[in-house]
Amino acid sequence: MPTTTLAGRTIELDADGHLANLADWNEEIARELAKEAGIEELTEDHWKVIRFMRRVYEEEGDAPSIRRLTKESGVDTKTLYKLFPKGPAKKAAKIAGLPKPKGCI
Amino acid sequence: MRKLVILGGGTAGTMMANKLAGALDLDEWRITIVDSSETHYYQPGFLFIPFGIYTLRDVRKPRRDFFPPGVEVVSSQIDHIEPDKNRVILAGNAVLPYDYLIIATGCKIRPDEVEGLVDEEWGKSKFEFYTPQGAETLRRFFKSWEGGRLVLHIAEMPIKCPVAPLEFLFLADSYFTEIGIRDKVDLHLVTPLPGAFTRPRAAAILGDFLEKKNIHLTTEFGIQRVDSEKKALVSWEEDEVPYDVLVSIPTNMGDECIKRSGMGNELNFVPTDKETLLSRDFDNIFVIGDATNLPSSKAGSVAHFQSDILLENFLDHTDGRPMRAKFDGHANCFIESGFGRGMLIDFNYDVEPLPGKFPFPGVGPFSLLEETKMNHYGKILFRWMYWHVLLKGAELPLEPQMSMAGKRP
Repeated sequence: MPTTTLAGRTIELDADGHLANLADWNEEIARELAKEAGIEELTEDHWKVIRFMRRVYEEEGDAPSIRRLTKESGVDTKTLYKLFPKGPAKKAAKIAGLPKPKGCI
Repeated sequence: MRKLVILGGGTAGTMMANKLAGALDLDEWRITIVDSSETHYYQPGFLFIPFGIYTLRDVRKPRRDFFPPGVEVVSSQIDHIEPDKNRVILAGNAVLPYDYLIIATGCKIRPDEVEGLVDEEWGKSKFEFYTPQGAETLRRFFKSWEGGRLVLHIAEMPIKCPVAPLEFLFLADSYFTEIGIRDKVDLHLVTPLPGAFTRPRAAAILGDFLEKKNIHLTTEFGIQRVDSEKKALVSWEEDEVPYDVLVSIPTNMGDECIKRSGMGNELNFVPTDKETLLSRDFDNIFVIGDATNLPSSKAGSVAHFQSDILLENFLDHTDGRPMRAKFDGHANCFIESGFGRGMLIDFNYDVEPLPGKFPFPGVGPFSLLEETKMNHYGKILFRWMYWHVLLKGAELPLEPQMSMAGKRP
């Protein structure tokens, strides 16, 4: 299994390059994952989306689609693309420490 | 009498009606299938209509020809399901009670979900080929088109038959070459995905095919709206892709009756257990085919593999035994690649499409992820198989679970 070093720790990744274990995630790791994805600073709106994604994942076992993010996260689509350019659902899932959303098939 | 109601008489519903009518004791069970349309369409054939390979006549037959004797057929719209009361309310308020329900209501394109797509230019410079009418309109348009920039665009995933957009472009490349105007036609694929297909290895191989065939690719394009005046797609990040002719794969959504029943997710797909195919919310409701929210492709082959699993689980579950069969996400798709050739991919939830031979290891006759004439014949023969074998629920020499035999990891 591939690994990477984030926030001074060795972290296992899955085949898509997302965190392999939900429990490895913390806010510091999120900030580092964001930097890797080209997002220098996580604002309150970023966190709103990240927290929403983690909550849906914990409850339902899959990360939400963009359509659902728009409807329920309290952040509109245009802003989502500003916050997480090029595929907000996928990028936000990665930063939130979740597997790639299954909807992306 | 125990009552089983099947909602939807498309590929999945018809296969289930046939399989269950053969497996259940019809003195003990009453099977009812509900669909409002009298016509069964061979949906994989729509792709060929714009290029004059199939006509509308080749892709439609009366639904009643495929329903087995002993099954009650109700021709009606479905208003909604009341899962807490074990009943379906049909149009006009007729009530249909059930002990068990199979939801096979499929999915449809929703051009109205893409801003700016449906206006006075719809059917003139903007088209779709996911309905028989749409495919036929496009065929007529191509008859007199003299060339320009043709953009094929996917609005959002999931879509029915995720390889169809690629096949459309491959066939377009072949068609415009044959009628002698390929040099005047610029082909372009615009997708929200990071590559040409949903799975990385197939995406890389299919991406190479696009390049070889001189088809341009724009990835990670989240469509905000279509600007008809400018003739351009506009993304949420305000990037623009201009077109002369737009062929759109709009948002795909489950049936409105699912929404009216409050049983669907944000795209009206029904939350379904990915292995047993039982509804996640109701113990006497199964879901099959495009109507599910499963992370498998929305395709006839998937519905076919699911139908074998669902049959076994239905028999176990209604007899009070634990369900033993597990769906693994198996999909098997012929990909027309133009010029009388085709490709084939075979994959499941966990294993991505791999090269190799299929179904017999080392022998084939079909080649996975390779372009051959034999794969094309497979696709063409499949229409016959569909009408005569598959819909009738007869056995095919293919196991529902994917096999690694013959594949090169």
